[in-house]
Amino acid sequence: MAYTEQEILSGLAEIVNEIVGVPASEVQPDKSFTDDLDVDSLSMVEVAMAAQDKFGVTIPDEEIKNLKTVGDAVGYIAKSS
Amino acid sequence: MTTSPIVVTGLGATTPVGGDVAATWSALLAGKSGVVVLTEDWAAELPVRIAAPVAVDPSEVMERVQARRLDRSGQLALIAAREAWADAGAVDVDPERLAVVVASGIGGVHTLLSNYDLLKEKGPRRVSPLAIPMLMPNGPAASVALEVGARGGVHTPVSACSSGAEAMAYGLNMIRSGRVDVVIAGGTEAAIHPLPLAAFANMMALSRRNDEPTRASRPYDKARDGFVLGEGAGMVVLESAERATRRGARIYAEVAGAGLTSDAHHIAQPDPVGIGATRAMTEALADANLRPDQVVHINAHATSTPQGDVAEAVAIRNALGEAARGATISATKSMTGHLLGAAGAVEGIATILALHHRVAPPTINLDDPDDEVRLDVVRGEPRELPDGTIAALNNSFGFGGHNVAVALRSYA
Repeated sequence: MAYTEQEILSGLAEIVNEIVGVPASEVQPDKSFTDDLDVDSLSMVEVAMAAQDKFGVTIPDEEIKNLKTVGDAVGYIAKSS
Repeated sequence: MTTSPIVVTGLGATTPVGGDVAATWSALLAGKSGVVVLTEDWAAELPVRIAAPVAVDPSEVMERVQARRLDRSGQLALIAAREAWADAGAVDVDPERLAVVVASGIGGVHTLLSNYDLLKEKGPRRVSPLAIPMLMPNGPAASVALEVGARGGVHTPVSACSSGAEAMAYGLNMIRSGRVDVVIAGGTEAAIHPLPLAAFANMMALSRRNDEPTRASRPYDKARDGFVLGEGAGMVVLESAERATRRGARIYAEVAGAGLTSDAHHIAQPDPVGIGATRAMTEALADANLRPDQVVHINAHATSTPQGDVAEAVAIRNALGEAARGATISATKSMTGHLLGAAGAVEGIATILALHHRVAPPTINLDDPDDEVRLDVVRGEPRELPDGTIAALNNSFGFGGHNVAVALRSYA
């Protein structure tokens, strides 16, 4: 099924909160995972794996490094789901 | 080189009998056992269904996000290190002169095996990207160093059940040699999992007294039938007496010396007459400039195995000679179970507190002492230790033939 961008954003916010503890409200499209949200490269792999499960998409390893901002991830998931 | 004595100014622990040092010490004096029946489903088919988990689960005292990035052994290490660091007060040390030495016997076995389960059930992509830093044996040491900002070195002695004592010895010698000024030293272990339990059981190393958990760990008793697997962590803060005095720190005791030897006898059996253990004690006393008759207390390794307890008793008598009769022996594993790589650290803390408070904890379940032991083991009530400058030994021995004795002295 297709998810709206808002559903993807709130789902990602829950995942980021679960994995690194940043409040879900801070997870906004313009935020950089590494610079703003305390998601290091290892945690980013965890975020991607959790997003795969949640949204039923495939995020290949080589794609993870391109997902710099929350908006990048929302866009990729929206396009792939 | 530092010629000032090296002293203990901070203590931290999370053990099967208490979530911190104060709770652990009062439980040891009260003779409380931390051994319980394992009620998890996975325990049902094991030959050994008893163990000594920590009294306070890490989830009760550690923030969730931090906890999920650490193996259980790392969680326990960090909890104990935080307590020790806070207990030491305002240490105020240059980060490049601060080191961390945290030992482990087995490493992050929970992380290793849970990720292997994921690999088999769900495939390689589900293996955690954090699995390696979580399972590596130096992970807990590195996590403690990150927490306090230690840049003078991070080390992880791995010598099975003597690892924690080896960490104390390593820390002592780091400061003596002038490499650093302050060391957080200790050990951690979290291996209550069906695989290590099955493996230790198959070595015939564990007590099978499943129906009487609190009676299972019974060092020196004729009816002992093996050790009880425990988990936990213990940490101390070490620095020179000169430095500690200058900053007005409370000094618990002096770490006066250490002896480290190896058996080259068998990979897992103790040398039956404990030659290597005797040498470890003799070397610790020489390193500490102590005579055998100054040793008033020994926290024995005494795991409750039929062979090991007797081999150590023989070694103590050989190391101290006539003076062995004057040493009050405590086997605190009777209460905590065997914390493997954390044992030497937690028992080191018990030995330090015995000198500091001048009282030796009892050994529980010693109903019918083995005729081969012939030592003054404290039973029933705690035993007062003498006034004046007194000394103690903390013995730890490990599979692989490792023998570590740490000599401690009261600090007036």
